Amino acid sequence: MFFTLFWSFLKIGVFTFGGGYAMIPLIERELIDRKGWIARDRFLEMLTLAQSAPGPIALNTAVFVGYSKDKMRGAVAAALGVIVPSFVILLLIAIFFTDFKDNHVVEAMFKGMRPAVVSLIAAPVIGLARGMNLYRIGLGIVAAAAVWRLHVSPVLLIIAGAVGGILWVVYRNRKKTQKP
Amino acid sequence: MIYLQLFYVYLKIGFFGFGGGYAMLSLIQHEVVVRNGWITNQQFTDIIAISQMTPGPIALNSATYIGYTVTGNVWGSLLATLAVSMPSLTLMVLLTKFYMKLNGNRYVSGAMFGMQPMVIGLILAAALLLFTPDTFVDYWSWIIFAVCFLASLKKVNPILLIVLSGVAGMILYY
Repeated sequence: MFFTLFWSFLKIGVFTFGGGYAMIPLIERELIDRKGWIARDRFLEMLTLAQSAPGPIALNTAVFVGYSKDKMRGAVAAALGVIVPSFVILLLIAIFFTDFKDNHVVEAMFKGMRPAVVSLIAAPVIGLARGMNLYRIGLGIVAAAAVWRLHVSPVLLIIAGAVGGILWVVYRNRKKTQKP
Repeated sequence: MIYLQLFYVYLKIGFFGFGGGYAMLSLIQHEVVVRNGWITNQQFTDIIAISQMTPGPIALNSATYIGYTVTGNVWGSLLATLAVSMPSLTLMVLLTKFYMKLNGNRYVSGAMFGMQPMVIGLILAAALLLFTPDTFVDYWSWIIFAVCFLASLKKVNPILLIVLSGVAGMILYY
């Protein structure tokens, strides 16, 4: 089981380009259709969970599936499957990239890619903000400005958001109980 | 003690990295560029570009790469990668175990609700922090930015966009 889990997630890990969401169709094919390890309705549940926990979504998903199959051993096997390809490839790049990053062709390539990277990060903001009311969008903009201009730690904002959300629930409950 | 610091920083990134890849970027950037100065903003942008073209989550990719760059050896790389994975491994196991109890808990969903705008703000901040003169070297940079921005709103594959802009860079700047 250890090896099967590791191997399945290694396969998924190698083909997951561009973050956790790219992994979804691969998981569907490998784990639901081929192996039948998770039920389709459990799959949505799993995605919600993987998104609400901290850490990379791809890794969280692997831990969930691994743990459901074979407890802690399974979780470690599946996590390693995601970690190993990423680790090996990036280590090789880190070791050899320094040798040719001053190469003129490579430098020219990266000059072209840098603004593209910025656009790829900025674009999802539009889609994510679409479902929110103006008040919450405003809050997001304030948070962005705090990190961008004042170098406020993102950790602080995450904590503030969680605490604020809980306090809001408490406040709303109190209001509800006051009304007959 | 650079190893201890590296471990602590990546553990923190793993623990507070809510919202996945892009939301984790400003956290990583804050720690490794702004606070510790381990790499420059430009190097950071290059790592993201490399990350887009290689498999695996961006947080893991950056841990492996920066761990190596900072210490100059494989152990630093391994340490940072393990540190960033540990919170995910432990917290997800706990969550999977207690999922039934936590699911629908109003305080948990309240915390999630409160974190949502922050996560979006963090993604926006990650982009804003990269609007620097060494990323946007001339008007061509702005054209590449605008084209890719519109294309990714239209759901064009990000890897394709990175590759094409790399080719554009070669033609324009070499």
